[in-house]
Amino acid sequence: MKQITAVVRPSKVDAVKAALVAIDVVGMTINDVRGFGRQKGQVERYRGNEFTVEFLPKMRITTVVSDDKLEAAISAISEAARTGEIGDGKIFVTPVETVIRIRTGDRGDAAL
Amino acid sequence: MLLAFGAGLLPLMAGSAQAALAPGKTDGADTLLMLMGSALVLLMTPGLAFFYGGFTRAKNVLNTMMMSFFLMGLIGVLWVVIGYSLAFDGGFKSPFIGGLGQMWLNGVGGELGDAALAPGFNISASSFALFQGMFAIITPALISGALVERINFKAWFWFALLWSLFIYCPMAKMVWGGGYLGPFGEIGAIDFAGGTVVHIAAGVAALVATAIVGPRSGFPESKRPPHNVPFILLGAGLLWFGWFGFNGASYFAAKGAGFSFLTTTLSASAALLTWCLIEWFRDGKPTAVGAATGAVAGLVGITPAAGFVYMPQALIIGVATAIACYLAVTIKSAIKFDDSLDAYAVHGVGGTVGALLTGALAAPALVPADYFPKSAEILASGGNAALFVAHIKAVLISYGFVGIGTAIILWIVGATVGLRVTPEQEERGLDFVAHGEEAYDPMTY
Repeated sequence: MKQITAVVRPSKVDAVKAALVAIDVVGMTINDVRGFGRQKGQVERYRGNEFTVEFLPKMRITTVVSDDKLEAAISAISEAARTGEIGDGKIFVTPVETVIRIRTGDRGDAAL
Repeated sequence: MLLAFGAGLLPLMAGSAQAALAPGKTDGADTLLMLMGSALVLLMTPGLAFFYGGFTRAKNVLNTMMMSFFLMGLIGVLWVVIGYSLAFDGGFKSPFIGGLGQMWLNGVGGELGDAALAPGFNISASSFALFQGMFAIITPALISGALVERINFKAWFWFALLWSLFIYCPMAKMVWGGGYLGPFGEIGAIDFAGGTVVHIAAGVAALVATAIVGPRSGFPESKRPPHNVPFILLGAGLLWFGWFGFNGASYFAAKGAGFSFLTTTLSASAALLTWCLIEWFRDGKPTAVGAATGAVAGLVGITPAAGFVYMPQALIIGVATAIACYLAVTIKSAIKFDDSLDAYAVHGVGGTVGALLTGALAAPALVPADYFPKSAEILASGGNAALFVAHIKAVLISYGFVGIGTAIILWIVGATVGLRVTPEQEERGLDFVAHGEEAYDPMTY
């Protein structure tokens, strides 16, 4: 099993969710996050005080998939989230030891 | 006979009919009502900013609020420099537009500012000019509800300025300044506190502007729930509070104003209750957003009638306006028309229903001939049916004038500064794009 952590544009969350559901990846967690990669920061002004804010709004989508679905999930997310401009975000893949469904005690792929 | 109360926004144009009115003698209590009313109506604009701001996305809330708040600057200056004169001066001797004689409020209220407004009115002219200025500020602000989250702020600046001069001022002249539509004019319609001048004008402008500017990018899939419902309730509460000035103080005389305060609050209560009951029966749950919207709809509906009807009629107006606005909001969603915050569905529809019901329900005793000669004559000869017909005419003329005028202004602004931001800027959020600020920046935690 692999955990996929995708940081994407806020406007692409719906598209990414639909693309994942279409390949039967059910269940995901999203967070409202701020961050920066290669994008430059932005300058905000409040009553003449300037602040350079390097953290831009993004959404972080976290989901866990079985190994055989990993590549399909990566291409689904990439295609749904891509605009071609700087700031489309990144996908991180990490191994997962196991998953337990609290209600039933199921483990592994059965718990996904 | 001189009546003890002022009864509604007045026809200022000198005419033979006013010969029946005694010269005005400035009264402290009446003038204080206007000063208090002005402060109350001013508060409605930031109230509206909260009401609208709660509905939008978190990334657009400051821009949405600025579209209202900023007008306290722009229209506040414009009104004193030229707006009041265009609306209430008689220099051009036209039933459609005022004049230039009272620019900079020159001569308003005499040397000491304490001269009475006109025969039959005991409020100072200066307090009247101030009171009217607050109406001029909030009217274009109401239109912003149709255009949020996509209009370019520079375009909004020019639109608000031109619309105020070329649509609002003539509307105020025609209805309240002794002009074509009002009780001294050809049509003889009565509008107590702005059902036509404020709500129909803003609503129709919103309708036309929605059609011309177009929906937000990705609409309707991109629609989101309101980002802050408590803001919506806060805004609706401030609007209700301020409406005591808007309608209540439009009585122009402290002694009788309890009456217009009562009809106003009763209609709002009835409409809030109606809206929630409809939701309860249809969807199983009354909503906070529905309560806020219902209250505003009831306040809009009673605006043209507040001093012209008794309590049962005020209740009927509140219930009817809530039902009509609920239907309008439902239809708007069904046909996927992006009047984003229901500026037409609430203000346009509510203003229209209120204006028509004012014609149908106005009590003759509350429409004295000294102050409303043409309207009283219509009521005396043809009853409420005839006044209803007069109001249909006034509504149709207002729709035509405001609709065409708004389209022309939008065309000019669109051709010069451009109406919309780019889709990329929409995605980024207008708070940062237009103002360089964020309402909820994590760096401030």
